[in-house]
Amino acid sequence: MILKYLFAKNEAIPVGSAAIFFGFSAIIWFMIGTGLGSFNAAKLAFPDFVTGTEMFAFGHMRQVHVLAVIFGWISMAFAMAMMYITPILGNTRLWSEKLGLWNCMMWNVALALGLTLLWMGVTSGREYSDFPWPLDLAVAAFITIPLAVNVWMTIIKRRTQGIYTTNWFFAASTFMLIIVFLVGNLPEYFHLTGLTEAYMTWWFAHNVLGLWITPVAAAIAYYVIPKVTGNPLYSHRIGHLHFWSIVVFYSTPAAHHLMSAPLPEWLKSFASVEGVLILVPAIAFVSNILLTMQGKWNMFVENLEVRFTVVGVLLAIPLNMQGGFQQTRSINWYIHGTGWMVAHAHLALLGFSTFLEAAAVYLGLQTLMKRKLYSLTLGNLHFWLLLIGFSTYWVSMTIAGLIQGAGKIYEVPYIDVVIAEHPYMIARWLGGTMVFSSTILWLYNMWMTAREGTVIPAGRMPHELAYER
Amino acid sequence: MNFREYRIGSRAFGVAFGLSMSITLFFPSFDLAASISSEVGLDKQLTSGWDSGWQLADPLLNGLNKPLKVLVRKDPKSGEPMEPVYAYVYPAGTSLPNGVTHTANLGKGVEELSVKQGRITEARKESGAVFLIKKSDQLLTFEDKPLSYMENATATKGWTPDEVLKQAADSDILHAGAGKTMFVREGCWWCHTLLPEQTQDWQVFGAPPMLGDFNGESPTAFGSDRKGPDLLHVGSRNASREWMMLHFFNPRLVQPHSIMPRFDYLWGEVDADGKKIDFKKWRSEYDEYREGKITTPPDVPMYAKDSEIRNLIDFVINLK
Repeated sequence: MILKYLFAKNEAIPVGSAAIFFGFSAIIWFMIGTGLGSFNAAKLAFPDFVTGTEMFAFGHMRQVHVLAVIFGWISMAFAMAMMYITPILGNTRLWSEKLGLWNCMMWNVALALGLTLLWMGVTSGREYSDFPWPLDLAVAAFITIPLAVNVWMTIIKRRTQGIYTTNWFFAASTFMLIIVFLVGNLPEYFHLTGLTEAYMTWWFAHNVLGLWITPVAAAIAYYVIPKVTGNPLYSHRIGHLHFWSIVVFYSTPAAHHLMSAPLPEWLKSFASVEGVLILVPAIAFVSNILLTMQGKWNMFVENLEVRFTVVGVLLAIPLNMQGGFQQTRSINWYIHGTGWMVAHAHLALLGFSTFLEAAAVYLGLQTLMKRKLYSLTLGNLHFWLLLIGFSTYWVSMTIAGLIQGAGKIYEVPYIDVVIAEHPYMIARWLGGTMVFSSTILWLYNMWMTAREGTVIPAGRMPHELAYER
Repeated sequence: MNFREYRIGSRAFGVAFGLSMSITLFFPSFDLAASISSEVGLDKQLTSGWDSGWQLADPLLNGLNKPLKVLVRKDPKSGEPMEPVYAYVYPAGTSLPNGVTHTANLGKGVEELSVKQGRITEARKESGAVFLIKKSDQLLTFEDKPLSYMENATATKGWTPDEVLKQAADSDILHAGAGKTMFVREGCWWCHTLLPEQTQDWQVFGAPPMLGDFNGESPTAFGSDRKGPDLLHVGSRNASREWMMLHFFNPRLVQPHSIMPRFDYLWGEVDADGKKIDFKKWRSEYDEYREGKITTPPDVPMYAKDSEIRNLIDFVINLK
């Protein structure tokens, strides 16, 4: 279907096509990514589960899971959100649906190719920037730059005077992602080695999270909550504070990922202080969104998109309380390199951000396809499976991490830590499997929405219609 | 950009983002570039060669384009017995390590010694080279440790890669460079860090690495998510090849509670005698052993000399 439009005239492509393809691609990558995650978790709980083949070895699959969810699910859901929110907020059409469709196709191709190679063991050996450099350049050329051009041009060609908060974030984040991607992979293009390479690896990893995933997810909440509840955003000034503190504070603490490496001490101390200051954008964001909900808290219970968004925003509270303080030297000493960090990473990506993206995809696909969600029951089931699955994962890995931290500082023989962690590994696997199952339900629900959802009349929002199932 | 505020905003954004880039990238680069390679660092980069991640010369990470670490017991020229010394052999065509191609990477002092006394800039990829690590009388300014430097033994002593390899027994040749490629490809570093922490880990995992211990090494494979013991000094704790062999084939043979995957597939098709390894039979016998039907587990086949597991074991044993 996508092929039909790739060579069509831009005007001949239906509005929203790019966003719809991005939306379904994102859900499918979410299913693949969490499926791999569940499989990996099973291996940690039961080490002899599927053994003796290189292709199904844990060390070949772990990074595929991570990059599938970051560049497949999360980033494609972001692209989906940008493809429909940016034009709506500019009271215009997307600058180029055709570029959007090409972007979507090349993204899927590049990611599938990259992940296949990575699965075979073709890796740069750098966490989060695992792709070899030719693929990094392909990602920049076919994924990040076309996306950014489309977003910027849509904003420039807008038919409103001002630019709404969400679009500041979209414009700035797409720009920063390009810089982070090109600069963060410099060690691979120019064969920088040693500590420089190690530091740049974490500079990249930190900034992909801080300047891409966190702000774009927040930008989605800035759109969804006012749009669906009908309340205006509580404060644009606080929005300003959020935006500028993200740029200033979130782009600097990369060194706190390597507190125990022999990096310059001034850099570690600086990073640690800046890391605590991450609480500034976090508090600005959470308070702004929750205050926007004033008088509409019934929708937190009744409306699926609002519920997803608000849960994501609420999860930003523990996320940033952890994130701000766990990187200070005294706490980092205890939890660095333990399951706590794994729990924290999932709180950021599977908790905070996934809930916000899910809201954007639910709302966007219904709006663009002009179809009401097929089944509320399946939607609710998706929500609760995701929330309970994630919580199980997060709590079990946090406990496992604390055990591991104690084992680390008291220098307990490592095998005793492995034994003590075993029950939590099983819980983690169960939680992850629940998340995976929920994505299958979601894909089915969205597919049925496309085919059989109640048609939404022109000028109506999806949430104004009653569910039929 | 119709509003004055947006022009100001874009510039403010440029300043803020540029400032943060300067602080996090430009300023640290001076400190990082000033690090002086330690003896450990020289050993690591000479052992692992140009790069252990993806590279054009080894696109599928098979351990190609890698040097060999050889214990030289006899002078390769005269054949006379000599004080054993480790030589890093780069057969013809092997990419030279970063410190040789970009000598500034070695750091102040080490660079001058390696170029002037060690003659490393005379090494050529086409003809191959043999390197040694030498200690000088110069002291590191801040640590009172003698500076070590690289010596190109092909230039100073006339040792060629072929001569060094010919006089060495197979057990004196460590395929540690190719082993590091296996370490990266198989994702060992997803669970085993190579970074004991500065404030703990001393008794169990040994001393944390120091500045200068990584010059020229890529990737460093520190790891971030520890699910097994740190391995930076594992060769000092356990240098038994037999234990490593059992442990890699099936970790539960030596550590019943281990959650490490089996790496039996790194044995390849055949064992040391060239006989085909029957993995299916091995696994079913192992299952019988686990269920208590037989009292001893099946024997682990001895790996072939050119198998991937040999590279990996050499690498792990070499982590001193």
